[in-house]
Amino acid sequence: MTEDTKFHHGDTVTDLAPIVEMKNIEKHFGNIIALAGVSFDVKPGECHCLLGDNGAGKSTFIKTMSGVHKPTKGEIFFEGKPLHFDTPRDAMEAGIATVFQDLAMIPLMSVTRNFFMGREPTKGKGLLKRFDVDHANDVCMEEMRKMGINLRGPDQAVGTLSGGERQTVAIARAVYFGAKILILDEPTSALGVRQTSNVLATIDKVRNHGIGVVFISHNVRHALAVGDRFTVLNRGKTLGTATRGEITPEQLQDLMAGGQEMAQLEGSLGGTV
Amino acid sequence: MSDSAQIAGDERVKKEPFMTKLMKRPELGAMAGVVLVVIFFAITADDSMFTLAGIMNFMTPAAQLGILAIGAALLMIGGEFDLSIGSMVAFAGLFFGVCVVTWQLPLIVAIPMTFVFAALVGAVNGNIVIRSGLPSFIVTLAFLFILRGLSLVGLKAATGGSTQLRGVRDVVENDWLAPFFSGEAFGSLFAWLAANGMIDTFKSGAPKVPGVPVEILWFIVLALVATYVLLRTPAGNWIFAAGGDSTAASNSGVPVNRIKVSLFMLTACCAALVAIITVIDAGSTDARRGFQKEFEAIIAAVIGGCLLTGGYGSAIGAFFGSIIFGMVVIGLTYTDFDQDWFQVFLGGMLLIAVLFNNAIRKRVTGER
Repeated sequence: MTEDTKFHHGDTVTDLAPIVEMKNIEKHFGNIIALAGVSFDVKPGECHCLLGDNGAGKSTFIKTMSGVHKPTKGEIFFEGKPLHFDTPRDAMEAGIATVFQDLAMIPLMSVTRNFFMGREPTKGKGLLKRFDVDHANDVCMEEMRKMGINLRGPDQAVGTLSGGERQTVAIARAVYFGAKILILDEPTSALGVRQTSNVLATIDKVRNHGIGVVFISHNVRHALAVGDRFTVLNRGKTLGTATRGEITPEQLQDLMAGGQEMAQLEGSLGGTV
Repeated sequence: MSDSAQIAGDERVKKEPFMTKLMKRPELGAMAGVVLVVIFFAITADDSMFTLAGIMNFMTPAAQLGILAIGAALLMIGGEFDLSIGSMVAFAGLFFGVCVVTWQLPLIVAIPMTFVFAALVGAVNGNIVIRSGLPSFIVTLAFLFILRGLSLVGLKAATGGSTQLRGVRDVVENDWLAPFFSGEAFGSLFAWLAANGMIDTFKSGAPKVPGVPVEILWFIVLALVATYVLLRTPAGNWIFAAGGDSTAASNSGVPVNRIKVSLFMLTACCAALVAIITVIDAGSTDARRGFQKEFEAIIAAVIGGCLLTGGYGSAIGAFFGSIIFGMVVIGLTYTDFDQDWFQVFLGGMLLIAVLFNNAIRKRVTGER
């Protein structure tokens, strides 16, 4: 049992079968080998962090997972069955939701309209089939409250929310629409301290709902705060997976950077980066 | 686009003052504009402007423009422009004229054919914009000239050298469908009102206003339907989303391309409706029909609160924008001012509207 911390409550059940298992994934773009055999899996209710420096292949890897790219080699198992996604839509329908850095949010539109964009609830039939605004507003307020954000009103424009709140709307939307796996692409990279803490708390909540979270980051401290397992990518290869409590920030950092230069940088900064 | 149902009971939320709430509505500017213009003409214009006859007088051009402006507004909210609607009026007018005069088709065939034809041209416009990824401004600017030129060439071919195709009135006069697209509605109601002394009459006892011109009814119905679609249907949400950020929208599963092409088809159909109404009304069609209407329609939409960048605006706003337009064009004839002040007035309105909209957008998005 690991100790409860601010952003990590409870242990994951380690013997659960993974929802998604990716084995020896390779991806080539022409003569460039972006991924050279990456294995990765996500279990229900865990937060699996994927770490790596710029150019390590993180983006290519999650795009393979969310159906944007097809792997050149390797196998993907979804709930035990071999599967391949042809489009991002297939992955979405299977329950793999990706929150990309741009968040797919429209600032001029209200939170509710953003929340249900493309999947509006309707009532009535035939010509009278219409957007059920009241129901949508209620659901949106309720889901946001569950994530710990009290909106001024469902008609508040997304543009007036802070970066962290927007991230939370995107996460709440994915969870509401039945995500089993939630992939977050650097959700904390552009956020301030307080907003980062909101997002990390949200990840903790989502995890406790039994959803597998893939948290992509190059910030070791953010990853260590919420993560259950940590996989480090470097130059298109997995450098290994560690579990919570088994690894120190320094070790993770060294893995990410491949060791040497890091030692020098750390020395000059006087601590972790 | 705001939805008024508030969730009760968050103690940290101050009650929003009514004015602040109002400020967030995209159509506010146009409504305020209508009030200002009415006050202006109430002071300067002859009293007859605001009699029933006077109102019908300025509502008729307002309606003809408004039908185009509502289409243009929806397309602008969807993030695209159509500069070819004015030329489309002439082109659809030509097609309609040829249908009824040259081919002697009844209206029940000719009108649907004109709409289908216009929709096809709109679809061509839309598909070129979507597939090429070029700005719709340039593509539809090309069509502004192409369609205007085709109308001229087509008219000459159809009439043997003239740029006017006459004789529409004679062939449609007795068609049962004609009253839906020409003349005045509610004639008997107005006759009854006149007989009971409730509205002004001529000496003969006939009412001065024989009814409501049909284009005004089309205009009102279209504004209501467009508003309903925008605010209360999934398609409305898709239009806002497609215009707000098309990448984000398509990543969320909104059929952005289909929405945009449909909107181009819709604006072309609005142009066809105006063409049919005005051609039947005038009894002929000519190559200058709809000249510069594209700019007027876009101006009306912008006065109505549409952002040039898309994703924000309202059909009701375009409705009021068109009424302002009609009032100014016709209203000046009731005053002692020189008619040509109209253009100055129009440009000024546009500038004020754009500045106002920009400020509102910053407020809504919390941009600083």
